[in-house]
Amino acid sequence: MHPLAEKMLRKSALPSIYCPGCGHGTVLNSFLRAVDKLGVYDNLALVGGIGCSGWTPVFIKADTIHALHGRAVAVATGLKLAQPDRKVVVFCGDGDCVAIGGNHFIHAARRNIDLTVVMLNNNIYGMTGGQVAPTTPYQARTQTSPRGNPEQPFDACELARAAGATYIARWTTAQPAQMAKSMREAMEHKGFAFVEVVVQCPTQAGRYMYGTGSAVDLYEMLKTNSVRLSKAGELGAEELAGKIVVGRLLQRDDRPEFTEGVYGLCQAKGV
Amino acid sequence: MALTVEIVQGNEACVKGALAAGCRFFAGYPITPATEIAELMALRLPEHNGAFVQMEDELGSINAVVGAAWGGMKACTATTGPGFSLMQEGIGYAAMTETPCVIIDVQRGGPATGQPTMPSQQDVMQAKYGSHGDYEIIALCPSSVQESFELTVKAFNLAERFRVPVIVLSDEIVGHTREKLRIPAEVEAIPRTPPAAPPDEYKMYRPGPDGLLDGMPSVGQGYNILVESQAHGEDGNRKGNDIATSAKVIEHLCSKITGHAQELTDIVTLECDEAEVLVVAYGSVVRSAKNAVRQARAQGIKAGLVQLRILWPFPDEALVGLASGVRKVLVPEMNVGKISREVQRVLGKYCEVISLPALGGELHTPTKILKQLGS
Ligand SMILES: Cc1ncc(C[n+]2csc(CCOP(=O)(O)OP(=O)(O)O)c2C)c(N)n1
Repeated sequence: MHPLAEKMLRKSALPSIYCPGCGHGTVLNSFLRAVDKLGVYDNLALVGGIGCSGWTPVFIKADTIHALHGRAVAVATGLKLAQPDRKVVVFCGDGDCVAIGGNHFIHAARRNIDLTVVMLNNNIYGMTGGQVAPTTPYQARTQTSPRGNPEQPFDACELARAAGATYIARWTTAQPAQMAKSMREAMEHKGFAFVEVVVQCPTQAGRYMYGTGSAVDLYEMLKTNSVRLSKAGELGAEELAGKIVVGRLLQRDDRPEFTEGVYGLCQAKGV
Repeated sequence: MALTVEIVQGNEACVKGALAAGCRFFAGYPITPATEIAELMALRLPEHNGAFVQMEDELGSINAVVGAAWGGMKACTATTGPGFSLMQEGIGYAAMTETPCVIIDVQRGGPATGQPTMPSQQDVMQAKYGSHGDYEIIALCPSSVQESFELTVKAFNLAERFRVPVIVLSDEIVGHTREKLRIPAEVEAIPRTPPAAPPDEYKMYRPGPDGLLDGMPSVGQGYNILVESQAHGEDGNRKGNDIATSAKVIEHLCSKITGHAQELTDIVTLECDEAEVLVVAYGSVVRSAKNAVRQARAQGIKAGLVQLRILWPFPDEALVGLASGVRKVLVPEMNVGKISREVQRVLGKYCEVISLPALGGELHTPTKILKQLGS
């Protein structure tokens, strides 16, 4: 076992539940590296939702709450208020985060509560077998959009921005080092930090949406479709269609953080 | 601090009880007739270095309570029917993960939006069976402002001891009635205690001989806790596809409550000696029933009252113990007769059990109960 895994993985929870070729392992890997580099391993509190993505923290030997589908951010809100000094990190899928959990997501961003939310976006419902997700592209085929998806997808980063998040980054599994760096920045950032990672899902998205169950093909697709934010500005709408804009999309420090407000405002008033 | 006497609402008494019991976290969403609890928590919690958050909905509220509980705080929420329904998945989560927390349900009439400002006792079964799957909880039923305080304190203490969500089933009458509250100088509050076992020997979900868990570790205490709502083994790892382990978890969740049913019996009796006819009541209805029983005794009718202060687990044995010589039992309640079926189950073979439902938000008048006592 790699020394990082030796130190940080919950061996009793292994082997992982992930399918061969799944991108979630890359995200776990990047996260462990980010934690190690930041030196915050002993100060973590992790929350996962339900779905393949929500399992990520279960494999990590740290304080972990495996919450209900969609409720990870709500659980994390209570946890952060109880333990303001902890690095509270949430792992969730796109369905977990912005479908069933959408309301908690936008309100946590609005409050600017100091959480790091990592959304693993495979554009589909993985765990339940390949149904349409709020991130599934228009007209894409899934198990519940057999004739093509009639819905328009969310851009979760834009949603987070509009709701009031103060740190936003997006990467794919083809940029693991950059992803780890953004996770570090997100954990260091005071306020609601959102890191979206677009991951390959050979078993569900691969089979139903892209017509290939090959992790290598899907990974190549992520790689070739990624466009750095700095480059994206030079491209027109047509050139950007189907592309994944990656990079640090937002960092601002002009909005007060919620936990500090909850405790600080009361003190200021001398209550 | 000496004993203090105040005139307050039942809802306010719940807040005072919660704070006295050590509650330091409240997450809720406003709904009548529970709103005063949230409002007062928002005002008072900061004085105790606690945190109040008005969540975006009731699903968020109960889940934030779960998060705060594992963060080391005693935590609660308050709501009524529609919100209580929305919380059910989270209450089941708390039951499965053995998370201590308190949910105050100030009952109003339903279903759906129902009767926003009218009292009812229609949620008694939802309190017990509201979430999916098999599990047990504890539910307490105050009938007065004083009991709102005392039973809220008790709810927090039971939550800690049994590591279970505890429900305080108040109702609109109790919640909004203003009457005398005597707050004792000292309130017994069971503290949150970390496990006796050190982290390397500790198992998240290993029950002791009494079926209860060894203290409660919080985030940040070095236990690397794994709070898992799938059926799990003692170490917290999922075992949802393992029949024997899953069965064991469910048995444990149920028996840790039912196995302590005697300890969890909380009954107050009035005039039960040599009673021939009994009233079994809980919540607001107790107020009318007391009056009716006193009037009946004055008229020479051998009537008695059994007040259930803990509704779940149901006090089977205690009821049987009180039923000898009793010919008839009346169960007045502000619903279609839900608890009367429980009483029928327990006492049906000893005596006649008569349901006295009151619907639409009406509280039984003493006269209505008295009439039945005499017949
Ligand atoms: C209340 C509720 N509804 C539905 C489910 C079933 N369910 C489990 S995971 C999941 C979707 C998972 O998709 P996503 O969040 O995108 O994560 P992924 O598995 O793709 O990583 C659903 C619908 C559930 N567990 N709870």
